[in-house]
Amino acid sequence: MSQDPSTAPVGAQEIVFDRVVKAYPGAAAPAVDDLSLTVPAGEICVLLGPSGSGKTTALMMVNRLAEPTGGDIRIGGRSVRDMDPIELRRSIGYVIQSAGLFPHQTIADNVATVPRVLGWAKKRTRERVAELLDLVGLPVNEFGGRYPAQLSGGQRQRVGIARALAADPPVMLMDEPFGALDPITREHVQDEFLALHDRIRKTVVFVSHDIDEAVKMGDRIAVLREGGRLAQYDEPRTLLKEPADAFVARFVGADRGLKRLSLLRLSDLEPAAAGEDSAGLPELPAEATLRAALSLMVAQGTDRVRVRGADDTRLGTVSLDAVRKAGAA
Amino acid sequence: MSDQPVLPDYGDPSPCVADNASFCTDWFTAHWSTLFWPALAEHVELTVLAVGFGFVLALAAAVLAHFQGWFTAPASFVASFLYTVPPLALFQLLVPVTGFSVLTVEIALVAYSLYLLFTTVLTGLREVPQDAVRAATGMGLTRRQILFRVELPLAVPSLVSALRITTVMTIGTVAIAAYVIDAGLGSLILKALQSPFNTLFIGSGALAVALALTADGLLLLAGRLLTPWARSRRNA
Ligand SMILES: Nc1ncnc2c1ncn2[C@@H]1O[C@H](COP(=O)(O)OP(=O)(O)OP(=O)(O)O)[C@@H](O)[C@H]1O
Ligand SMILES: [Mg+2]
Repeated sequence: MSQDPSTAPVGAQEIVFDRVVKAYPGAAAPAVDDLSLTVPAGEICVLLGPSGSGKTTALMMVNRLAEPTGGDIRIGGRSVRDMDPIELRRSIGYVIQSAGLFPHQTIADNVATVPRVLGWAKKRTRERVAELLDLVGLPVNEFGGRYPAQLSGGQRQRVGIARALAADPPVMLMDEPFGALDPITREHVQDEFLALHDRIRKTVVFVSHDIDEAVKMGDRIAVLREGGRLAQYDEPRTLLKEPADAFVARFVGADRGLKRLSLLRLSDLEPAAAGEDSAGLPELPAEATLRAALSLMVAQGTDRVRVRGADDTRLGTVSLDAVRKAGAA
Repeated sequence: MSDQPVLPDYGDPSPCVADNASFCTDWFTAHWSTLFWPALAEHVELTVLAVGFGFVLALAAAVLAHFQGWFTAPASFVASFLYTVPPLALFQLLVPVTGFSVLTVEIALVAYSLYLLFTTVLTGLREVPQDAVRAATGMGLTRRQILFRVELPLAVPSLVSALRITTVMTIGTVAIAAYVIDAGLGSLILKALQSPFNTLFIGSGALAVALALTADGLLLLAGRLLTPWARSRRNA
């Protein structure tokens, strides 16, 4: 998840919100109020909060679709105010909920948008498009010539991601990118994006109002409350263990203990040696979450599960008590 | 009906012409190249000129109104005012200034076409999916690039329907232009109205209808060819 800055990839850049304020003209209260946070290079930061808490506004100030009325935003140390908005936006990938694909252009043309306005050579653009469509699992031979209306919602969203990545931007902004997908597709696309992120390591600011999505996707989570004030900014496990106040506690939900368990895997624990008596126990692979282990123990009425390693080796057992301790640690 | 020959002198009348049947193919084909074809060509010319000018003007006005909201109200006011003046009255007003000329006809035709063109094109621009525009802005396209690469292409169905309605309407209005200039199918119709000879009336009238239908069909086809994406769902 979070990583040592020295291993931060070349290309990714740190994003700093420095006392950012956005008051829309005529509005009684600011939409974003005194927001300060740092997203380390290569990490995914989730902006989480209820509707109207200023998540979209905060995101749009990064690529200057909205101008801050106070404070500053810096990308890789440079203030966005000092950059030409058009150039700035071309160096930032932007994905929105509905994907926002151009319905009149083929998938390949959609992905080629930014390379074309940047004036890339035809051949380079074509190769980049093929590479990106491969990356998101939509081979150009099969999908490149289709129109957006000929894809499923999940496929369109993946094209949106490929399009945002086209010019290899160091930073990506994603505004509820998976919000319109059904739960199963969403989970699938989330997994794919995480795998993709492992390879490309962009700095990502990701807007969500779903705590489960935030916990899954975020290296860090910024919880915003109404009025666009930052309630807490922490890694998911800290947020779940020590919510800063009643608002955050309510927002992360009463089942935050279970959510925490879903962040831990059996392989994170030291399994106890499996004795003779372990024969009848339910078994789980080492990469299963502690939440799955707990669920299995409750369902089977046991207080231990057996852990299976790669190649079906038996690693030992994990007890209910060990799970409880890990959850509270 | 009188017993006199129906038309003064068109050479040796065929039995069909002598009987003044409702439509004499022989007479029609005999006079195609001297009478009907030139009138048809003039009619097409007057229409293309009017619709072309009107379209360029209305498109420019609609784009301006789309960029600068304040321009919408005055532009719609002028366009709808011109639309409410009947073309015949407009001819009447213009003749003292521009005479019995093609210019008079074209000014009136363009003025009459602006309202439909302007409102349909502006609506088309406004109905472009906002997600697409937002995504384009967020990716760093300039306002101009968004207009030419996103908004106008997505407004093509509206542009085409504006052109179709206006073209059909203008083909009809050009027929009235015969009161001002001796050109187009209208002048044949006008002559036919003053004589009882049926073939001239039916021939020129049918040509006007056929022209409108053909133009409409061609524009429809052009629209289809320009918007393969609009049919993609059905072909999928
Ligand atoms: N263009 C605008 N002009 C005026 N007020 C705005 C504008 N855009 C947003 N707001 C206001 O700013 C506040 C924050 O809006 P924003 O869209 O950032 O919220 P959000 O957290 O993204 O909400 P959601 O989860 O519903 O998308 C809201 O009160 C909204 O009404
Ligand atoms: Mg939002």
